[in-house]
Amino acid sequence: MAGITAFGAYIPMHRLERKHAGGSGERAVAGHDEDSVTMAAAAALDCLGGPDAPRRPDLLYFASTTAPYQEKQAAATVAGALDLPDSVRSADYAGSLRAGAAAMLAALDAVTAGTARTALVTVADRRLGAPGGRNEAHFGDGAAAFLFGCAEVLAEVRASHSVTADFVGSWRSAGDLFVSNWEERFSTGEGYAPLIKAAVQGALARAGLTPLDCTRLVLYAPHPRYHANLARELGFSPEQLQDTLYGQVGSPGAAHAPLMLAAALESAAPGERILFAAYGEGADAIVFEVTDPIRRFRPQTGVSEHLARRRVISYPQYLRWRNLVPAEPHRRPALPRPSQPAAWRNRRKNLGLCGVRCMCCGTPQFPPQRVCVHCQARDQFTDYRFAGRTGRITTFTADHLAASVAPPTLIAAVDFDGGGRMIMDLTDCEVGSLSIGGEVEMTFRCLFEAGGLKVYFWKARPRV
Amino acid sequence: MGQSIFDRVAVVGMGCTRFGEHFDQSADDLMVEATFAACADAGITPGQADAYWLGTLGSGHSGLTLAGPLKLQYKPVTRVENYCATGTEAFRAACYAVAAGAYDVAVAVGVEKMKDSGLSGLDVSFLPADGAGPDPTTPAAFSFLAPAYFMKYGLDPELGKRVLARIAWKNHRNGALNPLAQYRKEVPLDAIVQSPIVAAPLGIMDCSGVADGCAAIVVVRSEEAYRFRADPVFVKSLAVAAGPGTGGMQPGFDFTSITEAVVAARVAYAQAGINDPRRQLSMAEVHDCFTPTELILMEDLGFSERGRAWQDVLDGVFDLDGELPVNPDGGLKSFGHPIGASGIRMLYEAYLQLRGQAGPRQIDGARVALTHNLGGLPWHCVCAVCIVGKEPGPV
Repeated sequence: MAGITAFGAYIPMHRLERKHAGGSGERAVAGHDEDSVTMAAAAALDCLGGPDAPRRPDLLYFASTTAPYQEKQAAATVAGALDLPDSVRSADYAGSLRAGAAAMLAALDAVTAGTARTALVTVADRRLGAPGGRNEAHFGDGAAAFLFGCAEVLAEVRASHSVTADFVGSWRSAGDLFVSNWEERFSTGEGYAPLIKAAVQGALARAGLTPLDCTRLVLYAPHPRYHANLARELGFSPEQLQDTLYGQVGSPGAAHAPLMLAAALESAAPGERILFAAYGEGADAIVFEVTDPIRRFRPQTGVSEHLARRRVISYPQYLRWRNLVPAEPHRRPALPRPSQPAAWRNRRKNLGLCGVRCMCCGTPQFPPQRVCVHCQARDQFTDYRFAGRTGRITTFTADHLAASVAPPTLIAAVDFDGGGRMIMDLTDCEVGSLSIGGEVEMTFRCLFEAGGLKVYFWKARPRV
Repeated sequence: MGQSIFDRVAVVGMGCTRFGEHFDQSADDLMVEATFAACADAGITPGQADAYWLGTLGSGHSGLTLAGPLKLQYKPVTRVENYCATGTEAFRAACYAVAAGAYDVAVAVGVEKMKDSGLSGLDVSFLPADGAGPDPTTPAAFSFLAPAYFMKYGLDPELGKRVLARIAWKNHRNGALNPLAQYRKEVPLDAIVQSPIVAAPLGIMDCSGVADGCAAIVVVRSEEAYRFRADPVFVKSLAVAAGPGTGGMQPGFDFTSITEAVVAARVAYAQAGINDPRRQLSMAEVHDCFTPTELILMEDLGFSERGRAWQDVLDGVFDLDGELPVNPDGGLKSFGHPIGASGIRMLYEAYLQLRGQAGPRQIDGARVALTHNLGGLPWHCVCAVCIVGKEPGPV
């Protein structure tokens, strides 16, 4: 029976306290170099078990309401970061908070039909609320990823049910930067509650189960207060209710319910039944039954470890990172529009962090060379991926002159375990915490945007 | 390696503009000023030189950049570029041309107009690229040297910072004596230590300035030099080393030595017959783009033993009145760094010192001078070393 064969999550380490908006708790904030694509890639790596893991999907769906481009597929970038073969089938799911669930159901259909052996869904969101508003405080940034298949399934799908309704509770038009909402009583009373109810009850009926047969309810909620109410109305007890992560992460849009599901699976035992419900212009509900192989699976990092890695940022920092306040221009040359012929030639290097290893002397090197850096042999190389490898800082600096929304730009010479060195940007750290010899790992980030084009590449970040 | 350039070429005239913020002068103005001055110093008109080499990183393309403003009448004029070693590269080409007998009188001009961009630091144009990779500014790239050096030789960061400041302090002190320098003021050590951070641990006072400037040099074969002037300066060595860039890709390189500088110095010393540079050289003009660069160069050029340069700096070995004065004219620190001009500006100080014309900066008995340029990043650069002497014959 088809189901989830692996799962992963990503929560950026930065937190914005809701104090500034008169609220409580905190929300996760994607770094200045993170977007839905980089977070999706991070969750996918968490799920697949790192770049060298044997789990390789032959179908990849990316889901988000905040894909970086209106026209240009995001899944292809994620596929590049995962160094998937060209033969992978890919698509983006967008436009709805239900995009993640829609992609999950589509992936299930594909593996059930046998058109894909394994299908990876990665869902991420980095939504913007207008500065100072409720949405800004409530939203959060994050991602989840699930691998679907029919072998070594650790959470089987027992049933699912979907409803569709052209209900407008929140929306963002093509030219809008910020999400808008209709008045809350209407949105929850007429939309959220009845539509979720229909999907949940439909799924339970199809599975021949009652709420009491389920161990957990993974329920999307625009706010925790509706969460508990709706669960009660559905016949679930508070103990069955999976934490919304609202106090630590906020609501990461299309990734909200999927992230909660990843958290639920992390602590789930064989035999548990998890009812998953996502919402947006209707609702999708899926009943999962956890099976024995879950004992043998751990995501690389997982929700709980992601939550533990945490750094509070200031509200002005947040505004600057999201380019929501005008700022003094840098006295540096404008960044040139990235050459797409060069990006195309170098796609495996840039997205997959693929270098080479000399077949004559064995030296790993990056970027790929024609003449070996060590023995000068010509064109005697095999591929060698640096993504997923760790390294140590040989020397470092904090560049206050470089153009950045988060100065200073931290740069280090990184010596990789297993050989090879790169001069590379550091992220998710401050200069005071760096030292020669410090251990770093690779993380996929957006370096900059120029001429409407984004440049994705890898940075190093200190290992916890 | 070919026959040595040793004593085959002599400098018979030089000109150098004041370096600084020449908001009222174009690159054309600066080239006219320096080139006419150099030719006048050699007792010729610009039209009497046989060939020209222009060194500039970005102030113009092709020899036309120089031929136009000087109204050179269909002369062979070539623009050369080798990053921050550009000026020296133009000089090198002119020397080889006269040494080969292809021309009798050759002129090298180095110019850069930096201050028209309104930007901080350098602006170098490259082929369109994919942008995927770090883009450290120059101070950031050179600041890599500091923590690596401190760590390797056990300097705590506070002491290390003072060593670096001592270098800037010395160069400003020398520059205060130089009417052509951009900055003509001594700077207290504490002000240098406390200057705002540009690329940790480097503060703004650890960085060379940004200036406009131009310098020009006239060369002939040595045997003809005395026809031009009674006190020519003789070329002893010309060396350039361009690195393969492996230091940024291989763990062996430890950021406490610039291999290109070591190699260029070795080649230059071999040409000049120098085996004890600290004793045999009277002075050195080195590429103090950032203070840690000068610190490390003291070891790479063989002036200090490995791991000892910091102590020599603190002991004043490289001060104007020290054992081996380094950057007696004030260096890039006081002059700023108009890329194409710097190498020839360094030769200008050697030319003054060896001929006893350096005024309050004069080093007693100066006989042999070294100039050094470094272009690129510490782990991937081109280094040029020239050695010139007061008299022909062995150093």
